[in-house]
Amino acid sequence: MANKDLKTTVQDNVIWKSIFRPGSIYRKGYRDTSRDRALASMNNVLYHLHPVKVKRHGLKLTYTYCLGGLSFFMFILLTVTGIFLMFFYTPAAGAGTEIAYLNMRELSASVTFGQLVRNLHRWGAHAMVFTVFLHMARVFYHGAYKPPREFNWVVGVILLTLTLLLSFTGYLLPWDQLALWAVTVGTNMMGFTPVFGDQVQFVLLGGVEIGPNTLLRWYVLHVLFIPFVTVIFLAVHFWRIRKDGGISGPL
Amino acid sequence: MSDEVSIDQEVYDRLIGEGKSERIARAKAKAASVRKAKLAEGATLGPRPAEQAAKALEEFRANAGGGGGVATKTAAPADAGGGGGRLTPEERAARVAASLGNGGAKEPASMGVPQSGDHTHRLLALVPPAGIQQVQAKQQDKVYTWPHLLLVEFVSLLAAGSLLLIASFFLDAPLGSLANPNEVPSINKAPWYFMGLQELLAYFHPMIAGVTLPGVFLVALMAAPYIDKNPSAKPENRKVANMAFTFFLTFWGLLVIIGSFLRGAGYEWVWPWVQGLGFTL
Ligand code: HEM
Repeated sequence: MANKDLKTTVQDNVIWKSIFRPGSIYRKGYRDTSRDRALASMNNVLYHLHPVKVKRHGLKLTYTYCLGGLSFFMFILLTVTGIFLMFFYTPAAGAGTEIAYLNMRELSASVTFGQLVRNLHRWGAHAMVFTVFLHMARVFYHGAYKPPREFNWVVGVILLTLTLLLSFTGYLLPWDQLALWAVTVGTNMMGFTPVFGDQVQFVLLGGVEIGPNTLLRWYVLHVLFIPFVTVIFLAVHFWRIRKDGGISGPL
Repeated sequence: MSDEVSIDQEVYDRLIGEGKSERIARAKAKAASVRKAKLAEGATLGPRPAEQAAKALEEFRANAGGGGGVATKTAAPADAGGGGGRLTPEERAARVAASLGNGGAKEPASMGVPQSGDHTHRLLALVPPAGIQQVQAKQQDKVYTWPHLLLVEFVSLLAAGSLLLIASFFLDAPLGSLANPNEVPSINKAPWYFMGLQELLAYFHPMIAGVTLPGVFLVALMAAPYIDKNPSAKPENRKVANMAFTFFLTFWGLLVIIGSFLRGAGYEWVWPWVQGLGFTL
């Protein structure tokens, strides 16, 4: 009883009604009818990524294994935990003033939940690379890149590359031995780009070898530039899924 | 009486016999029984859309003949011969013009929109049923996103989230000693997803292993949908593609595994049970 009154009080007022549009599942008088189910998708900005109806076979776990969705979830999780980490991190590593590294030590020693959030960010990054790989494999084995979805596959390959770049630029930020040398292996290879090798390496490193400039550069790439580009391609990816007629199949 | 609509068993059996799916047969059989019940009650079921369209067309032609000021050089000869189920382009133009009140000849009769200066645009036009485009898409078996899809997504999100949280609770991310450009560690490896490239470095010149091959792989990957012209998505029809991709994945996976677990100090081949794991995430 009391429960019901509370619900009515919360839902039956001007403010609540102004936030939740007609048909929202949070609005008073939502009924489990076809009409309200359809409105639930149409009138919610988050659900709006989805069409009102989806093919039944696409719901089977074994069709998508939720891998695209999980890749996206990892991306969101990494954004949230990454913003938390940014509050406690300075991308500075001048000789004798390696603040970045000190910040990492402080993060685990004296920031509440610091270590936990760092762990989430680290393992989440590995998980995202992994789910994106698996998502690609599942798309391939379902022949889901066939017309009209060819271009969305290309967008996907770009997203894969961006995911790897995000992960790789993040790897340098703790500024420990592990980071420095793992990244060195990678950037040495870029130096062998035909013709422009030295220039490419110089631009990426902000010098001839990895140093404080590199850290600042990769920090900006990691927290701003690459996520920005990724979001744009994600938008195209999701939009194309719908324009290409929703999920592919059934097989 | 229960809410359940009874189904017309005869129709149901016939449809099942025709190989229709159980869902479709049930739905059609239900509809059939409802129709029967209505007829039994003496209800007249509405005219079928085609009849309705024909009637509307006839009415329109009759009226247009009387002449609103608009040019209706209708009675198109083609019409008399052909089915006559459609407006000719002239008729359609006349009709649109009439409803928009063009030509200043007449006020449109029933638009219900006042012609005061407040309204700057009026795009509404009457479309005869016959003019509505019929999209011939295959009927698909679909369900509502809410709650069905969103529920699946929510559960998978919770599962993945909790797995990650548990892992993060028990396993700490590594943090080595302060970076020192003058001290090369004995075991020096890229992150695992680049381990394949690093392993290639053991066999090829860095320009091949680090730039050319990854470039070729990426371009080939992007080109895959344009190379694979086979329209079928069924596994049994695309053995070659599946084999090629499996080969590619296995090859890549092997390189990563070798690089991650079987390479030690100085990137020499080692056995992990002899010299330990030279691998950090
Ligand atoms: C950041 C990485 C990515 C995210 C967040 C993402 C997200 C998604 C989502 C949510 C779907 C809906 C179906 C599903 O869950 O499987 C999807 C479909 C698709 N993705 Fe991705 N994706 C990513 C990377 C990729 C990659 C690397 C490829 C391929 C190289 C790719 C190609 C496709 C294609 C072709 C579809 C349509 C599949 C179908 O209709 O069955 N995506 N993606």
